[in-house]
Amino acid sequence: MVSMGTTSFEITVNLIKTLLVFLMMVQAVPILVWLERRGSAFIQNRFGPNRVGPLGLVQLLADAVKFLHKEDFVPDKGNRFLFYAAPVFALIPASIAYMAIPMSVPLILGESKFLIQGFEINVGIVFILGISSLAAYTILMAGWGSGSKFSLMGAMRASAQIISYELALGLSIVGIIMTYGTFNLTEMITAQMGPLSFSGFGYGTTLSWLPNWGIFYQPVAAVLFFAAAFAESNRLPFDLAEGEAELVAGFHTEYGGFKMLMFFIGEYGHMMIAAGLMTTFFFGGYLIPYITPAEVYQFALALFGSETAANIFNSVVHFLAYNIKFAVFLWIFIHVRWTLPRFRYDQLMDLGWKTMLPWALGNTIITAVVIFTAAYFKL
Amino acid sequence: MPLGGIIFITVFIAVFGVILIYLARAIGGVAKRTSNAKMEIYECGIEEIEKKDTKVSVKFYLTAILFILFDIEIIFMYPWAIQFREFITKGVGVVTFVSMMIFLAIFIFGLWWEIKSKALEWD
Repeated sequence: MVSMGTTSFEITVNLIKTLLVFLMMVQAVPILVWLERRGSAFIQNRFGPNRVGPLGLVQLLADAVKFLHKEDFVPDKGNRFLFYAAPVFALIPASIAYMAIPMSVPLILGESKFLIQGFEINVGIVFILGISSLAAYTILMAGWGSGSKFSLMGAMRASAQIISYELALGLSIVGIIMTYGTFNLTEMITAQMGPLSFSGFGYGTTLSWLPNWGIFYQPVAAVLFFAAAFAESNRLPFDLAEGEAELVAGFHTEYGGFKMLMFFIGEYGHMMIAAGLMTTFFFGGYLIPYITPAEVYQFALALFGSETAANIFNSVVHFLAYNIKFAVFLWIFIHVRWTLPRFRYDQLMDLGWKTMLPWALGNTIITAVVIFTAAYFKL
Repeated sequence: MPLGGIIFITVFIAVFGVILIYLARAIGGVAKRTSNAKMEIYECGIEEIEKKDTKVSVKFYLTAILFILFDIEIIFMYPWAIQFREFITKGVGVVTFVSMMIFLAIFIFGLWWEIKSKALEWD
């Protein structure tokens, strides 16, 4: 267990690091919104925002300025405290859960070792699941605080949907935990190092052209996890919470301006958690395929001739590798949104309870049986 | 446990959010009551008739109750899953495996019963 550090220097750096991760998340939201608008425009054969700044990149800054100039509105029937508290509270679970995901190899500077993540938690998965499901409260607070029936209905739908897919999500992770035998995300990533190798019945094969990623051990869990993550973050095709045709805008019908933007940060934060966890569980986290961090370190040491520079280079390269995988998943989130139509509510519930939950159960049982027979009979 | 860091960042984010809201209030101003209709909730343009206690389908409540039952069962599997390999190497694999299969059978029976009794039908 790594605490926040022993010396005052380490503690200061670690606290600043948590701030940086949070600001990075907030910073990523405008870029994602730009990517979403631009990407959707190209998917639909339009141009999208392309006037403000190069490629329209400054559009979201202009939007933020506009949001700041919106007048602050609370409906008469609303509960003022809940109405204001909900958007503030929406920021917290998404950001804190994201901080537990490791983004690079630890940076070693002299005596001190800094993890490239907000904080390391031994029970990483349980922490992330627990914290990120607090988002259901935010939605209920917003729905109840608005005092509008559209908000309340949207909130009820959203929370019922989130808790229903929480089951499939939680159960698909059981197979992953059995495969790696740990809750700790860094240990999971370390387990995915090297080439893919299977062994059984006295034979062993190593497929050197494939990395040892979790998706080859738990493909069903990967599909279930990704689908459930869509529902958890209220994205299409599961965005019944804000189906425009039925509920105006769902739980944030009465919100506007900066308060609305804070809900957006929360929603994109949940997307980032899902993308980060997909990367960590199934695609080797920050590892680069075919190359181990030690080899990168040796290469950098030969190149720069200084241990500090080599350590920094090692961390930066792996941070980039993580972000490339991470960006691919974020793009899939956006692409799916503009590809698939929305479900009906009963179809959504049926998919969660009657399809994904039994599949996740089956995956758990099969994983248990395979691990048991392989280990028990020493195959 | 890096509890200090978690508390620190939670407080920071809460303060950050409150400052953002106050900043937007300071720059954009508070909505002035030019008419009573302006401060009403959105109701597709008609005069508001909605009462505060909007009736909500009891199905949501049922779903939440079922969720709690199943979620506790799933959380119960986590410690088992993480210790599974270790138990096998220590020679108590059969007991662990069989007992969890019995537990899963009860779980599956519960799910089957729930589907059969139409607790999950939305109409």
